[in-house]
Amino acid sequence: MSSWPLLSLVTFLPLVGAVFILAIRGEQAVVSRNARYVALWTSLITFALSLFIWFGFKPGTADFQFVEKADWIKSFGISYHMGVDGISMPFVLLSTLLTPLCVLASWKMEKRVKEYMIAFLVLETLMVGTFCALDFVAFYMFFEGVLIPMFLIIGVWGGPRRVYSAFKFFLFTLAGSVLMLLAILAIYFAGGTTDIPTLISQGHLDPQLQIWLWLAFFASFAVKIPMWPVHTWLPDAHVEAPTAGSVILAGVLLKMGGYGFLRFSLPMLPEATHFFAPLVFTLSVVAIIYTSLVALVQKDMKKLIAYSSVAHMGFVTVGIFTITQQGLAGAVFQMLSHGIVSAALFLVVGVVYDRLHTREIERYGGLANSMPRYSLVFMVFMLASVGLPGTSGFVGEFLVIVGAFQVNTWVALLTASGMVLGATYMLWLYRKTIFGALTKPDLKAMADLELREKLVFAPLIALAIFFGVYPKPLLDIMGPSVDHLIQNYQLALEAGHLPSLAMLLH
Amino acid sequence: MDVLIVFLPLVGAILAGLFGKLLGDRGSQVVTCSLLIAAAVLSVFVFFDVGLHGHARTTQLFTWFDSGTFELNWALRVDTLTAVMFCVVTIVSAVVHVYSVGYMAEDRSIPRFQSYLSLFTFFMLMLVSSDNLVQMFFGWEGVGLASYLLIGFWYEKPSACAAAIKAFLVNRVGDVGFALGIAGIFLLFGAVDYDTIFQAVPGQADTVLHVFGRDWHALTVLCLLLFLGAMGKSAQLGLHTWLPDAMEGPTPVSALIHAATMVTAGVFMVCRLSPIFEYAPDALTVVTIVGASTAFFAATVGLTQNDIKRVIAYSTCSQLGYMFFAAGVSAYGAAMFHLMTHAFFKALLFLGAGAVIHAMHHEQDMRKMGGLWRKIPVTYTLMWIGSLALCGFGIPGLDIGFAGFYSKDMIIEAAFAAHSGVGDYAYWLGVIAAFMTAFYSFRLLFMTFHGKTRADHHTFDHAHEAPKVMIWPLFVLATGAVLAGAVFYGLFVGEGQLAFWNGAVFSRSDVLEAAHHIPEWAKVLPMVMTLAGIGLAWLMYVRSPELAPKAAAAFRPLYLFSFRKWYFDELYDRIFVQPALYLGRGFWTTGDGAVIDGLGPDGVAAATRDIAQRASRLQSGYLYHYAFAMLIGVVVLVTWYIFSAL
Repeated sequence: MSSWPLLSLVTFLPLVGAVFILAIRGEQAVVSRNARYVALWTSLITFALSLFIWFGFKPGTADFQFVEKADWIKSFGISYHMGVDGISMPFVLLSTLLTPLCVLASWKMEKRVKEYMIAFLVLETLMVGTFCALDFVAFYMFFEGVLIPMFLIIGVWGGPRRVYSAFKFFLFTLAGSVLMLLAILAIYFAGGTTDIPTLISQGHLDPQLQIWLWLAFFASFAVKIPMWPVHTWLPDAHVEAPTAGSVILAGVLLKMGGYGFLRFSLPMLPEATHFFAPLVFTLSVVAIIYTSLVALVQKDMKKLIAYSSVAHMGFVTVGIFTITQQGLAGAVFQMLSHGIVSAALFLVVGVVYDRLHTREIERYGGLANSMPRYSLVFMVFMLASVGLPGTSGFVGEFLVIVGAFQVNTWVALLTASGMVLGATYMLWLYRKTIFGALTKPDLKAMADLELREKLVFAPLIALAIFFGVYPKPLLDIMGPSVDHLIQNYQLALEAGHLPSLAMLLH
Repeated sequence: MDVLIVFLPLVGAILAGLFGKLLGDRGSQVVTCSLLIAAAVLSVFVFFDVGLHGHARTTQLFTWFDSGTFELNWALRVDTLTAVMFCVVTIVSAVVHVYSVGYMAEDRSIPRFQSYLSLFTFFMLMLVSSDNLVQMFFGWEGVGLASYLLIGFWYEKPSACAAAIKAFLVNRVGDVGFALGIAGIFLLFGAVDYDTIFQAVPGQADTVLHVFGRDWHALTVLCLLLFLGAMGKSAQLGLHTWLPDAMEGPTPVSALIHAATMVTAGVFMVCRLSPIFEYAPDALTVVTIVGASTAFFAATVGLTQNDIKRVIAYSTCSQLGYMFFAAGVSAYGAAMFHLMTHAFFKALLFLGAGAVIHAMHHEQDMRKMGGLWRKIPVTYTLMWIGSLALCGFGIPGLDIGFAGFYSKDMIIEAAFAAHSGVGDYAYWLGVIAAFMTAFYSFRLLFMTFHGKTRADHHTFDHAHEAPKVMIWPLFVLATGAVLAGAVFYGLFVGEGQLAFWNGAVFSRSDVLEAAHHIPEWAKVLPMVMTLAGIGLAWLMYVRSPELAPKAAAAFRPLYLFSFRKWYFDELYDRIFVQPALYLGRGFWTTGDGAVIDGLGPDGVAAATRDIAQRASRLQSGYLYHYAFAMLIGVVVLVTWYIFSAL
C-alpha cells in the first residue's frame, strides 16, 4: 500500500463524491435520494480506505508515516506535503468515521439535500486535510476552509437564530485565524520554510519572538477548542446547527484547536509554552468550573451539552500543558473520546428533536416508559460523558488528572472537581428527560429507535466501551509521538534560556 | 474458578438486561439466580482453598492502561481478604436474588431488576479482586452506578430519582479524593499495583510531598485522600447524607447494597491498603476519629426515626463507623470480622423489614404498625435473631453469643487496648453507641410487632407471612447471624489469624493480643449497656408507651436535633446546592451574556456599525488620503519589527 498516495486519496475522495452530487440532475425527489446515496457511499468508502491507514500504521515510531511530498510553489519553497504521526492519525479516522454517521443521521433532511450533502463531503475533505497537512500553507487553507462549509451548514440549515449564530461562529474563529496567519508569515520569514517537520526539527526561534507567535497561535486555537472566555460562540452555534452539524462541530472541529497546540505551540515554541502554561491552566480550570455551573442551569438540551463540551475541553488543555506523558496522552485520548461521546450525545438529542421538534428539557420526561432502547443508548453516553470507568471518557480524564498531579496539585484538584460537576448536570439532564412519570400525551406516542438510528449508534457505543476497557491500541499509537514531543520540549528548555515576564515587557 | 466467580454475574446481567423480553420474567429470574448461586458455591471453595490452605494467587487478564510508565492490567487477585469478600458478596447476593423473586413479583420490570442486581454483583467482585488501585476504582464507580440505577429503580417516583442522583454525587465527591490519591500514589511510587506499592512503602516512610501549597508527610496526605473516597462509599460523617435517602430503592437493594456489601467497600479499601495506612499514623488517627464519631452520630439519629428502613439505614451507618475505628487502631482483622458478621445480620434485618413491608402493603411507617407478631410469627422470630445479633447479645463469661457479640466486642476491646487518646475516644463513643444500638433495635422490634396495632383494620387483617421464596433465604442469613461469630472467631481475630490472613491485611498481633487482655470491667461494660438499652426500649414502648412522647416533649430541642438528622441536609443545601445554582445562573446571564458577549461580539458589532458610519465620512475619494493611511500602517509595522528584533 505504501506506493499509493493513501492520505491524498482519503482526503480528496469526498471531494470527488461532491462533484458527482453536483452533477446530479432531474426531479427534486430523485435528486435528493441520489444525493443521499452518493454521499453515504462516498463517505463509507472513504472510511474503508482510512482503515488502511490504521492497519498500515507502524506504532513504535514518532516519525511521520504515509508521507507524500511534491513541489507546489517552488519559488517560495512551498510544497504539497502530507503525512500522519501517532497524534494526527486517530483524528483522521475520527473524521472519516463521523461523516458517514452524519449522512445517515440526516437521512430525513428535506431542505436542499443536494447542497447539504455537498457541504458535508467538502467538510470531510477539509477536516482530513487539516490533520494530514505537513506544510503551513496547505494546513492554513484546510484549517480555515473548514469554516466555510460549517458556516453554510449553520446558516442555511440551522434553527431560527441561525444567521446570528453563524456570524458569531465565523467572526470569532476568523479573528483568531488572522493572527495565526501573521504568525505563520513570521515563522516563514524567520525559518525560511513552511515545511512543518523541518520547522519542528530545526527549530530554535528567539524566545522573545516565540512569545508573540505563541499568543497569535493561541488566539486561533483557544477560540477553536474553545477556551474560556472565548467560548460563547459554541453554545449558540450548537443550538442553531442541525444535528449533524453539531456532531461534526463537537466531534472534530473543536479538536483542531487541541491538535494545533500539539502540532505547533508545543514543538515549535517550547519556551513560550513553558512561559504561558500557568495562564492556560488558569483559563482551563476556570472553564471547567464555570461552564459546568452554567450547564447546570440550562433549559435547552443542546446548550447543556455544548457547555459540557467546553468543560471537557478544559481537561484537554490542562493535559496538554502539563507536558507529561500521562497528561498529553490523556489529552489526546480525551479529545478522541469526546469526539465519539459528545457527537453521540448530539445525535441522542437529535433523535427526540426529530420527533418532537423541541429541545426544551421541560418538555420531556418519562421517556424510559415509551423508549426503553433509546434510554439505554442515552444512558451509555451519559455515563461515558461523566467519565465512568470502563468507558472511554474515564481513560482520558483520569490520565489528565494523573498528569496534572505531577505538575501542580491545585490544578489537579480543581480539574478533578469537574468529575463531580460533570456528573451533576448530566444526571440531572437524564433524570429530567428519561426518568419521571410519562404524562405528556405527545411523548406517549413517540416511537423507539428505528433501524437507521440503531445503525448510527451501534458503532459509537461499541467504541465508547471498547476503548474504555481496552484503550491500549490508541495509547500505543500515540505513545511514541507523545514521547518524542516531550523529549524535544525538554531538550529545548535545557538548551534555551527561558523567557521571563521582563522580556515580554521590554 | 476466580474468573468464573467474577464473570458469571456479568453474564447474568447481560442476558437478563438485553434479552429480558425474550427470556421473560421467569426466565430472567432463573438465569440470574442460578448463575449467582453457582458463583456462591464456587466462592466457598475458593475460601477453603485460599483462606485455609493458603493458595493465594493473581490471574492476569489483559492490559488496561499503558501510557509511559503508567501501566496496569485487568487482573484478579485472590488472597484471604478477597476470598472473604467473595463469600460475603456472592452469598448475600444469591440470597437477595432469590428473595427478590418473591418481593418483586408484582413489578412490571423484573428482568431489569434482576439484571441490575447481577451487574452490581459483578462490579463488587471486580472491586474486591482488584490487584491495583485503578481497577478498584473501576469497581468502586461501577457499584456506584449500580446503586444509582437501583435506588432510582422506581423512576416514576421523583423522590427515588432525587435520592439516586444524591447517592451518585455524594459518592463522586469522595471519589475525587480517591482519584487524586491514586494520582499521588503514582507520583510517589511510579506504580499503582499493590505488590509494587506495598514493597516500596517502607522506603517512602519519611518522604515529604509538596501538595496543595504546603509540605506534607507524603503517606499521610495520600492516605487521607484515599480515605475520602472510603468515607463517601461507606457513608461516614459528612458524606453520609445519601445513605438514608437511598432507602427509596426496593428493599432487597437496601439489604444487598446499602447494608451488606457496597457500603462496606470503604472498610475493605482501608484493610486492603493497610500496609500503607500503617505508615501513616496520623491518617489512622483521622480514620479512628471519623469512625467513632459516625458510630455515635448515626446511632443518635437512629433513636428517633419512624421509617422502619431508615432506622436500619442509620444503624448501618453507625456499624460502619465501628469497622472504621477498628481499622483505625490497626485491628484490621476485627474490622473485617465485623464486616462479615454485619453482612449477615444486617441483610437479615433488612430482608425481614422487607417481609414486614410486604405484609403491610408497602407501609414503612412504624407508627402505623404494632401487634404484628401474631400475624407473621416467622418473620418476627427472624427479626429477633437479627436484632440480638446486631446488639451483640451474648454472655461474656461463657463466651457464647450471637455473631455481633464476637465481632463488635472485639472492636470495642481493641479500641480500649490501643491506650491512646483516640483509642479511648473510640472506646467510649463505641460503648455509648452500643447502648443506643440496643435501644433503637428493640424500639423497632417493639413498635412493629408488639402492643396494640396502630394499622387500619383492613391492612392488619390482611397481613400475612411472606411466601416461601422470601422466607427460606432468610434462614441462610439467620444461620450466619447466629453462628458466624463463634465459628470464625479463631480465624479472623483469634490464634489462627496470622496464618489465616497470610499477609492479606497488615496483621499486628500485638493489637489483638492486647485486646484479649483488657480489664474485666471494660469487657463487660458494652454488654451492660446493651442490656440497659433493651430494658429502656421495653420500658418506653411496651411497659408504658406513654413515656416515649413525654420524653420527646421534655427534651424537645435534642429530639428535633436527632429527628432532623443534625440538620445536615439543610446545611448542605444552603452551602453547596443553592450557591451552585445561583453561580450558574449568574455566570450564564451576566458572565457569558453581558460581559463576554457584550464586550465581545455583540459589542464589537455595535461598535463597528458606529465606526463604519464615521469611516464612511473618511472615504473622501482622494488618493493621497489613502496613501497616507497606508504609510501610517507601514510605519507601525516597521517600528514593531525593529523593536521585536532588538
